[in-house]
Amino acid sequence: MADLDLATFFLALLAGAIRVGTPFIFVSLGECLTEKSGRINLGLEGILVSGAMAGYAVAYLSGSAWTGVLAAGGTGLLLGLLHGAICSLPRVNDIAVGIALMVLGTGLAFFLGKNFIQPQAPSLVAIGLGDWSDDERVRSALSINVLFFIGVALAFALHWGLRSTRWGLMLRLVGDHAESARALGYRPVLVRIAATAAGGFLAGIGGAYLSLYYPGSWNEGLSSGQGIMAVALVIFARWQPMRCLWAALLFGAAGAIGPALQSVGISTGYYLFAAAPYALTLAVMFITCRPNQTLSGAPGELSLTR
Amino acid sequence: MKPRNAVYRAGGLLLPGLPTLLAALTTFVLFMLFLVVQGKPAWQACQLVVQGAFGSAFAWENTLQRAAPLMLAALCVALPARAGLIIIGGEGALVLGGLAAAVTPLWLPGLPVVPLLLCMALSAMVVGGFWIGLNGWMRQKRGLNETIGSLLLSYVAIAIFNQLVEGPLRDPASLNKPSTIPLDDSVMIGPISDAFQVHWGLVVGVIACLLAQVLVRNSVTGFSLQVVGGNVRTARMIGLPVDRLVILTCVLGGACAGLAGMFEVAAVQGSANAAIIAGYGASGILVAFAARQNPLAIIVCAILLGGIEASGSLLQRRLGLPNATTLILEGILFTSLLAWEALTPRIVAWRLRLNERAEQTQGALQHG
Repeated sequence: MADLDLATFFLALLAGAIRVGTPFIFVSLGECLTEKSGRINLGLEGILVSGAMAGYAVAYLSGSAWTGVLAAGGTGLLLGLLHGAICSLPRVNDIAVGIALMVLGTGLAFFLGKNFIQPQAPSLVAIGLGDWSDDERVRSALSINVLFFIGVALAFALHWGLRSTRWGLMLRLVGDHAESARALGYRPVLVRIAATAAGGFLAGIGGAYLSLYYPGSWNEGLSSGQGIMAVALVIFARWQPMRCLWAALLFGAAGAIGPALQSVGISTGYYLFAAAPYALTLAVMFITCRPNQTLSGAPGELSLTR
Repeated sequence: MKPRNAVYRAGGLLLPGLPTLLAALTTFVLFMLFLVVQGKPAWQACQLVVQGAFGSAFAWENTLQRAAPLMLAALCVALPARAGLIIIGGEGALVLGGLAAAVTPLWLPGLPVVPLLLCMALSAMVVGGFWIGLNGWMRQKRGLNETIGSLLLSYVAIAIFNQLVEGPLRDPASLNKPSTIPLDDSVMIGPISDAFQVHWGLVVGVIACLLAQVLVRNSVTGFSLQVVGGNVRTARMIGLPVDRLVILTCVLGGACAGLAGMFEVAAVQGSANAAIIAGYGASGILVAFAARQNPLAIIVCAILLGGIEASGSLLQRRLGLPNATTLILEGILFTSLLAWEALTPRIVAWRLRLNERAEQTQGALQHG
């Protein structure tokens, strides 16, 4: 009996890590890209929510979930562009703009999404990797959305791209030392706008995953702060795409611990587990930070670490 | 020659208000445009926003009621900002402060109302001050970035709040909406007067802003803070207690946020429940930045934001616009306020030139 419970628990945890973690992968990779260019975008929460709404609305209107995913990315791209452009003006604080964008994005999503709360849009299909099994729990745990695999591939691609391509090097140079980038003839402002827009695109897709797959419908309480958590996650992952992937799964698992424990009948500390990722990031920061030295791996131009 | 001189002088005085004016104009145009594209009656909506915010005594009461916690939450950003810190975790201090205030009467039964209220305020301020002070301490001792640190701590605070309110501190009678044991009616903070139905939090908020203004502008501590915020190395060199000053601003800011939570509990909700996690932290950040971290301007900006929020129900009733309309208006307003801030360096230059012109004409008058 105890064995069975343990198996249930770990299956629920694994399924949760993938199911809850997938949007984290997209949002954190997006934020990682933006922060690598030397800016922080706290507005990802707003972008995520508008992406979720736009994705759901377009999927409903067009009848195709993938069109919805693209629309969500496009919405995120536009909002990211807005953030990038405004922060390029002199004396504008990127943290404050991020929070304004969070309000604006959420407002737009709630306003325009009012009519899409009721209808049922087509949702993204999952691949049943567990169909060989007779066990219902195994099958439901291993039915994994395609976006998860795209996210994993993207993490590898970004890892390679940032390390070994001209674009990646330029992005990192702009984020580490804008002066040198300028001396080499690059234009840091444009690079940063592009990086923020690309980050917005990915965050938008993360939103589409929420509304089109899991939980799988559009409503105003859809996001539980995934956009904000991404900021913590990127720091936890020390600005490395591969670590973002693992951290996203870890955070997904942490978010799933509460429900997983509940599935085996333990419900104490449910809310505390929800904050585990934040506490974990804080602990890591507290241990690794030194008064006279910034976090290792942090982009040098990032306002957070200067 | 003389009138031209006056024009130059007036221009020099009015220029600093230019970004705010342009931001208001941009917001108006964009908001109208948004509604027109939606096929909604844009002009009528704008009228209703003004009417719902400041159009009647009832509207004013509603506006000021909402402005009170915003002032206190904004101080949680503005005070540490004097020392160069960007704290964005006021929400955490607010909810824990509110919780502390809500449970104080349980631990101090039989205390008369006024001392009890003071104890509630004190415990809210201590808890809030501790929570943000922790950020200041972590920054000074470990170099942990205060912006991210406060954000993370804020979510930890909300989790602790939820855990306690749903668990050990839950009133068994609150079935649908988990809450702490409700405050006795005699402890509830009432309106300032029958004719003016706004709770005392407004008075406390305004007083806190005034005190903050005195602290940052007219006190030695405020001057030291400005040095710390301007250049830490200089501050250390002239022997200022940098760590203590930084932590002090954080504690004071957190105490303000905690107080906001106490008023939400003791003047609005009647108990600590999830309704006090209403995004006052984020609104406070926007108010503080819109006010350029100036405590007096915070009063004005908080009233403005409170007004926008108050107009939501009128928009909904009359035009059937969703609640989120006010969020969009806020978002556009703050985005354009921040964007037009970019003009500041130019404005400084323009003012210098205007002053020069004024002096030249003055000189010409004297010589001629």
